[in-house]
Amino acid sequence: MGTHTAHTTEPSTPGAHHERDLLRLATAGSVDDGKSTLIGRLLYDTKSVLADQLAAVERASQARGGDAVDLALLTDGLRAEREQGITIDVAYRYFSTATRAFVLADTPGHVQYTRNMVTGASTAELAIVLVDARHGVVQQTRRHAALAALLRVPHVVLAVNKMDLVDYSQEAFTAIAEEFSAYAAQLGVTAVRAIPVSALTGDNVVERSTRMPWHAGPTLLEHLEQVPVHRDAATEPFRFPVQYVIRPRTAEHPDYRGYAGRITSGSVRVGDEVATVPGGVRSRVAGIDTFDGPLAQAHAPRSVTLRLEDDVDVARGDTLVATHPATTVGTDLAGTVCWLAQAPGAPGARVLVRTGTRTVRGVLQEVGPLLDVDTLRLEPVSGPLALNAIARVRLHLAEPVLLDEFADHRRTGTFLLIDPLDGATLAAGMAGRSPLASSVEVPGRCRAQ
Amino acid sequence: MTSTTSIPAPSAPTGGTAPAPALTQLDVLESEAVHIFREVAGELERPVLLFSGGKDSIVMLHLARKAFWPAPVPFPVMHVDTGHNFPEVIAYRDDVVARLRLRLVVASVQDAIDEGRVRELPGGSRNPLQTVPLLDAITAHRFDAVFGGGRRDEEKARAKERVFSLRDAHGQWDPRRQRPELWDLYNGRHSPGEHVRVFPLSNWTELDVWRYIEREQIGLPPIYYAHERDVFSRDGMWLTAGDWGGPRPDEAVARRTVRYRTVGDMSCTGAVDSTARTVADVILEVAASRLTERGATRADDRASEAAMEDRKREGYF
Repeated sequence: MGTHTAHTTEPSTPGAHHERDLLRLATAGSVDDGKSTLIGRLLYDTKSVLADQLAAVERASQARGGDAVDLALLTDGLRAEREQGITIDVAYRYFSTATRAFVLADTPGHVQYTRNMVTGASTAELAIVLVDARHGVVQQTRRHAALAALLRVPHVVLAVNKMDLVDYSQEAFTAIAEEFSAYAAQLGVTAVRAIPVSALTGDNVVERSTRMPWHAGPTLLEHLEQVPVHRDAATEPFRFPVQYVIRPRTAEHPDYRGYAGRITSGSVRVGDEVATVPGGVRSRVAGIDTFDGPLAQAHAPRSVTLRLEDDVDVARGDTLVATHPATTVGTDLAGTVCWLAQAPGAPGARVLVRTGTRTVRGVLQEVGPLLDVDTLRLEPVSGPLALNAIARVRLHLAEPVLLDEFADHRRTGTFLLIDPLDGATLAAGMAGRSPLASSVEVPGRCRAQ
Repeated sequence: MTSTTSIPAPSAPTGGTAPAPALTQLDVLESEAVHIFREVAGELERPVLLFSGGKDSIVMLHLARKAFWPAPVPFPVMHVDTGHNFPEVIAYRDDVVARLRLRLVVASVQDAIDEGRVRELPGGSRNPLQTVPLLDAITAHRFDAVFGGGRRDEEKARAKERVFSLRDAHGQWDPRRQRPELWDLYNGRHSPGEHVRVFPLSNWTELDVWRYIEREQIGLPPIYYAHERDVFSRDGMWLTAGDWGGPRPDEAVARRTVRYRTVGDMSCTGAVDSTARTVADVILEVAASRLTERGATRADDRASEAAMEDRKREGYF
């Protein structure tokens, strides 16, 4: 048993991969919703499970006394996971088809591992929320949808699983899909694709089901292959956190000074005017350099090295931004955090705040209200933030940082809170107003901002 | 105190609205790996890149050169030398080090055996013995970040590992106490004595590595391509005869056309029957293979269902 390589049914003509793009997705589902089985099915039916892995799973299934091969055993990799039969930590799986490669963050559904779902979903372009067709939308479904919305995962798929246990009933599916879509709309998620599946039997996962002819939409895999992954860099503001200053001081390049980084958002062209943040100094891009030669223009998420026309003081921690539209810089940071640590988060706590490549000192000034992800209500906070809490916070920082709104730009406006004593990651943060559309609209409750 | 300021926008945005061409999968993976190399060089004091002369570490070195060009790679490379190396791989290593003017640190398993820090195992495999000289070298050189070529597709315990993996002073990995890793905000903070293992190829698969080797025209040691070799069969794998202790009297040597999918200690790295003589041949072969890379070639992963997890807990890569 093992994890998965990208061996697929695709025609492996060398060179054909140049057309292929990459979709990152995350799965979420309650314990026993069949999430591991669904992933196992996805891998198995895309021919991503190789003979030695399958043999290991067969052996393990037999050793447990099971009468059938348990595809869930393909994914639970740690001793404790196999012993308890649950997924503890995020695991990443890889599979591909002729048109697209997939990185799947397999995240635990258990309440106590909310932080791991946040980890998995933070980089995902698509989230699969799994429900059991017999139970419909339950508390965990709402929680997962809320987390996907909070993290602004662009695409949400509702996989109604175990359709075999409800006689492949269209009525059962439609009721669940409608309830979920209504809930998701409250969260500001309008594009939900609902797909009836049976992970156990493989219906509508990769192979189209003959038992649900009423389902006119795509199979899960077809949908994953079709979802658009391209971003319109032309509409995003240019953001370039400087990672490293490249100064070779070699005979070949005695005066070279380049700023290495990855374009977080937008695009840049030679000649563009840029400004440093927080310094506010302007210059123009003199060159976009790569090992493979200079570029006239580069887009997110490409790693490049920029040279500027002027001898500007730029260092790691600075961000180069487009001078249009205007950029907000400041030392008061408000946002929503998911608390990730056992150590509680109390007002007055001194923390390190990491945003882009910049780390500054800060004080947690205000904590709360808390977001109840089951009701989407903001509740007054009654103590320090505990593990898995999602709450509004205000921080005062020792030095200014770029204050991008996460709600507008998913690639920027994120931050980490780090314990200055032991370096532990305390919280994942999303700057600015609450990314959840409805959480500010609950009457008679605390309002965000 | 509020000090919010705005940088005003005096001029209209320059230029048109050309749609961004989608990066291919390999472009995205390359960009991500380059970003990781630069993060480590920017945040940590004394990084080192593990270099075995295998394809993954060769790809890593190529990515590191891209990350810092036109400056040289700003950290040394380290080879954990089991003493049971393929000569072609050592020749490749020494050539690369000389050509790119790299600093090479060798952590020697043989020295560790000679000095009594580790003991030879029955069966002759030195793969598990690498942990002690690796950790000793990390301590001696005070490395605080160690780049490894581990990929999450290789093994189920590796599938759980973060890109930045904090290790304690004993090099131990605790899968239940990993730092959450969000967006691309990697946290490399650590206490004295601790170090961070960093895996820039986390999201690559074996096939991605080969396709990248093809695209970038990266040279590899010749043992990756089909060649004739004297081998013998043990545990269902073709092993190379050598000073390390094979074959035993009951194991017959045969001349076969083989190649290697991984490079490691000769005592536990198996060859596969193959006629793939070019990168394109290898890509076709790997894509059609019904065995995983490690399943086909690594004896030590077969020890138990959690062999890798257990070794990683002890500080192994």
